[in-house]
Amino acid sequence: MYSNLFSAQSVQDLLNVLPSLPYAIWETFYMTVLSTALALVLGLPLGVLLVVGEKGGVLPLPGWLLQVLNVIINLLRSIPFLILMIMVFPLSRLLIGTAVGTTATIVPLVVAAFPFVARLVESSLREVDGNIIEAAQSMGATPMQIICKVMIPESVPSLIQNATIALTTILGYSAMSGIIGGGGLGKIAIDYGYYRYKYLVMLVAVVLLILLVQLFQSVGTWLSRRSDKRLKN
Amino acid sequence: MIELKHVSKTFDSGTAGGVDALKDVSLTIADGDIYGIIGMSGAGKSTLVRCINLLERPTSGEVVVNGQRLDTMTPAQLRAARREITMIFQHFNLLMQRTCLKNVCFPMELVGVKKAEAEKRAHELLELVGLPDKADAYPAQLSGGQQQRVAIARALATDPKVLLCDEATSALDPNTTRQILELIRDINKKLGITVVVITHQMSVVKEICSHVAILDGGVVAESGLVGTVFAAPKSAAGRRLVFPGGADAQVYDPAEERLVRLVFKDSKTTSIPMVARLAAEEGIRCNVISASTQRLSETVYGSMMLGIPSSQYQRAIDFIHNVGNVQVEEVDAHVQ
Repeated sequence: MYSNLFSAQSVQDLLNVLPSLPYAIWETFYMTVLSTALALVLGLPLGVLLVVGEKGGVLPLPGWLLQVLNVIINLLRSIPFLILMIMVFPLSRLLIGTAVGTTATIVPLVVAAFPFVARLVESSLREVDGNIIEAAQSMGATPMQIICKVMIPESVPSLIQNATIALTTILGYSAMSGIIGGGGLGKIAIDYGYYRYKYLVMLVAVVLLILLVQLFQSVGTWLSRRSDKRLKN
Repeated sequence: MIELKHVSKTFDSGTAGGVDALKDVSLTIADGDIYGIIGMSGAGKSTLVRCINLLERPTSGEVVVNGQRLDTMTPAQLRAARREITMIFQHFNLLMQRTCLKNVCFPMELVGVKKAEAEKRAHELLELVGLPDKADAYPAQLSGGQQQRVAIARALATDPKVLLCDEATSALDPNTTRQILELIRDINKKLGITVVVITHQMSVVKEICSHVAILDGGVVAESGLVGTVFAAPKSAAGRRLVFPGGADAQVYDPAEERLVRLVFKDSKTTSIPMVARLAAEEGIRCNVISASTQRLSETVYGSMMLGIPSSQYQRAIDFIHNVGNVQVEEVDAHVQ
């Protein structure tokens, strides 16, 4: 399939597509960042609940409630994204008015990502030294104060790391959404590469996706390092 | 005043019955005291100190601090009470993502003290613990001793009446330990704060405590003035702590000799040439098995183990009793 990769025709096709690439990059960027932000809004409190709500936690929840939350998260995480996208069509229509297009794609992206984010937040918060939480309790901190002033601030570097993982995963999902009418680089890769056998265009779109992942990861790692006061100097 | 009345704590271990960490512990700690609680690992020290501020809820018994009964309080009342009973820890437990100043501000932040006011007080406290120049440093940039000083400043931020020290010097080298203990003693003297020191190190208790309780297997084996308890421990746990090793017993012959321990209090009696007088005045030749002098708080104690020929035993004991102010007791070689 790659034998005619650099034929005159292929190069001509690529040149024709080039002008639409900047907008596709923007669409991918916008979908990914907005979806991650919304997934964090839902996933952060959920992740906090998973940690503080357990037996012996800072704010123990009834066992059944914790069980229900866990089941919902596991359920949503087990559905393949391709299927989930189709399943949430009605929700997208309800919220956005349509199920097609870049903005509409944000709905399935958030639904798929927030349980994942909740698990990442959970693992970040579990890294906080239990002794520090005990110290805060010994000073008379309320459960809310422990969450907002101890657990979250103490795990910021880890939370940034994990937000970066979420961002790059959601970037991958967003590319998949090209199949059902989402926009961006994924749509170009699928439209040209899969439907029209224009592999050079597909490859260029993929390289751009890779560069985006690199960019997100580098910025994330840099921010995480910079925020971590445990590292000397 | 801190009063623990018949406090017991059982942890569910999954198996039937659970683990009894504390069994019917009663203690009274007077205001302004530095009270040591010493014991081997697993004796229940940490559980005991956590019962004082209800970080651990006793299975039964009463906890009364400054006249307030803690174990029946609502969570909100308890949080308010804890501002008066602060704690420092073995691993300091500072917030690693905050500067030292912000760490000291933390307890004040919890109760809504204004930022400017809190920072002013935090600067004063950092001055008090000898770290005025570390306000903007992060804990990771400090040595262990410095981190513990910040933790002490933080513990003092809410003007507590009681300071609980949970193995506060166990992660520090001997020199730093001495400095931190000095700081704690200073604070006790200057601010009149009652201090409870949990430790497994005899040296810590000797250095700063006025009273001590020896905890063994969840039970208070004995308690009292440090001088009294350490000079002549009565319980087996106390003897194990004060006279570790037990090698002494192997250097005498139980068929010929009986083993006694003499304890001399203060410098007057420690200067009595006891062995020479036994020999010169009574003609009893004893075998010195071990001898040492130690300073406990402000008093000097001498302790000597003698092997006395069995035939002359009673005469020797009578003579020693007559000298006065010297305690004497026979030691069972197996118990020591």
